[in-house]
Amino acid sequence: MSLSRKDVLHVAALARLHVTDAEQEALAQELSRILAYAAQLNTLDLVASLAGVEVTSHMSVSSMVTRPDAPGESLPPEVVMANAPDAEEQQFRVPAVLEG
Amino acid sequence: MTALETVIGLEVHVELGTKTKIFCSCAVEFGAPPNSHVCPVCLGSPGALPVLNEQALALGIRAALALNCSVPAQSKFDRKNYFYPDSPKAYQISQYDEPIGQHGFIEIAVGGEKKRIGITRVHLEEDAGKLNHSPYGDVSFVDLNRVGIPLIEIVSEPDIRSAEEARLYLEEIRSIMQYCLVSECRMEEGSLRCDANISLRPVGQREFGTKTEIKNMNSFRNVQRGLEYEQERQTGILARGENIAQQTLRWDEATGTTLVMRSKEDAHDYRYFPDPDLPRIVLSAAYIDARRDEIPELPAQMRERFEREYGLPAYDAGVLTASRGLAEYFDQTAQRVRDPKSASNWIMGELLAYLKAAMLEIDEIHVTPFALADLIRLIEDGTISAKIAKTLLKDMLDSGKDAKTLIAEQGLIQISDEGELRAIALRVLAANPKTVDDYRAGKEKALGSLVGQMMKETRGKANPQIVNRVILELIAGGE
Repeated sequence: MSLSRKDVLHVAALARLHVTDAEQEALAQELSRILAYAAQLNTLDLVASLAGVEVTSHMSVSSMVTRPDAPGESLPPEVVMANAPDAEEQQFRVPAVLEG
Repeated sequence: MTALETVIGLEVHVELGTKTKIFCSCAVEFGAPPNSHVCPVCLGSPGALPVLNEQALALGIRAALALNCSVPAQSKFDRKNYFYPDSPKAYQISQYDEPIGQHGFIEIAVGGEKKRIGITRVHLEEDAGKLNHSPYGDVSFVDLNRVGIPLIEIVSEPDIRSAEEARLYLEEIRSIMQYCLVSECRMEEGSLRCDANISLRPVGQREFGTKTEIKNMNSFRNVQRGLEYEQERQTGILARGENIAQQTLRWDEATGTTLVMRSKEDAHDYRYFPDPDLPRIVLSAAYIDARRDEIPELPAQMRERFEREYGLPAYDAGVLTASRGLAEYFDQTAQRVRDPKSASNWIMGELLAYLKAAMLEIDEIHVTPFALADLIRLIEDGTISAKIAKTLLKDMLDSGKDAKTLIAEQGLIQISDEGELRAIALRVLAANPKTVDDYRAGKEKALGSLVGQMMKETRGKANPQIVNRVILELIAGGE
C-alpha cells in the first residue's frame, strides 16, 4: 500500500499542517514504508497461529472499568485559565468562530 | 410536476440526568460560573485518564431499551477528531460502529393512526464546550463547563414524512426519556437538542433526494417551523428545475428562515478510531435485564390503558400522559372516584389552568390525588355542588387544607333537605309572581331565573336537582 501526494495533502489538511512540495514527496514515501511495515501482519495466518484469540479493538485492558456518580473537586478556575493565551471574564478568548 | 414526498430523519441529543460528567467527577450544574466545573480530563491535559460514569452507562442502556433497541453485550468508545474551540482535546469521545443500542423504534399517533418510526441507533458520548460570541463579531469566548456532560444521541431512520410527524416524534422521545427518569429534557436549557436531515423525492421513487441538515431548532415549535420552511424552500428549488445543494443550515428564529452554515465542500472527515483510554463496555445479561426492569409503564402504554380501563377519550388520555407526574396523578385520582371522566375533567380543566397560571409542576402543589378524589366523591354523593367544588378546589390549592375541613369551616354542605328547600322556594315564588306567570305563559327561561333566586338565597348551597323539582311541583300545585 502506498500513499500518493494527494493523500498526504488530505491528511495534512485534516491535521491543519502546511507541507512544502519537497515534504509532500518525502512524507508520501515515509508513510508508505510505515504502512508496508504494518501490512506484514496481513501475511500471518490468523486462523492457525491465533486460534481461540478473538479480534478486539483494545489490546491490554480486558475488563470494563467504571466509577460511581459522585461529585469530586474540579480545578480552581484560575488554574483552568492559567495556560490560556488569551482570556476574559474567566473564559478562553479565541478568534471569532462562525459555525455552531 | 410529479408529487413530491418529504423524507426526514432526526438526530436527537439527550443530556443524561447524572450528578457528574461522563468521564470525570466534575459536577454537572446548569448555569454555573464559566469554567468552574473543569478538571484535567475536561481540559484534555496530557496524562489525564477518562473513567466511565456507571450511572451514565445505566441511564444510556435504560434509554436504549425503552426505545426498543437491542443492546449488545459489547460496545466501545471511539474518538471523533475535529478542530474547534469547543473541544480542548481536538476530539470528542463518542461511539462509532459499536453503539450501545441499535434497531429500535417508537410509535407516534398521526391523525388517529399509529405510525412506527425506526431508531437506527443510540450511542453514548460527551458534550462539547459552549461558545459565546462577542456582539462585535471579533472574538468568541469558550466555557468548558459543558465539556464531558453525558449525552445519548438518538438517530432515527428516515421514516418521518412531515414536519408535524417530526414534532410528534420528538415529543414522544421527550416523554419516554422523562418517564424513564433518563433526562428532564429541557429544550430551553439544551438538555434536549434536535438536528434534522430533510430531502424531497418524487412519490414512488426509492432513492433519496439530496438532503440538507438543519441545526439550532431549539423548541418543539421551531422544529416544526424550521422543517416546514425547508420543505417549502426545497419544493421551490425543484419546481424551478434546479438542484438542491447539500448543505448544513442553521434555523434562524428571528427571521423564520434557514441560513447556510457550511456546504458539502468542507464536509468533515472525522477519522474515528477506538479510544485506547477507555476499555470496551462489557455487559452481562443480568445487567441488561436489570436496566429493563427499571423502565416504568411508558406514555404509549399508559394512554392505551387510560382509554381501555377508564373509558377516556383519546384526547384526554393524550393530555393526561404528557408527563409521568400528571399521568400518575390522574391514575391515583381516577382509582378513587366513581366516574374517572370527572377526574379527567377536573385535572384537565381547573388543575392544569392553576398549574399554568402559577407556573408550577404537578408534584409541587398542596392537593394530593387523594384529596382531589375526596372532593370529587363529595360531589358524587351530593354533599356539595360542582360549583362550590370549584371554589373549594381553589381554596384547597391555596391553603393546603382538605375539602372536608374547608366545608366544615365555611358551612358549605349542600342543602338536599326537601322540606327546607320547599320553604325557601315558597318565599322565592311569592316574591316573584311575574316570573311565575311568565313561566306559566310558556317562557321556559323563567324557570332558570327562579332557580337562580334559590341559589342566591342559599348562597349556592341548594341541591340543583331538588330545587328544580320542588319549584316545578309548587308551580304545578298552585294552578
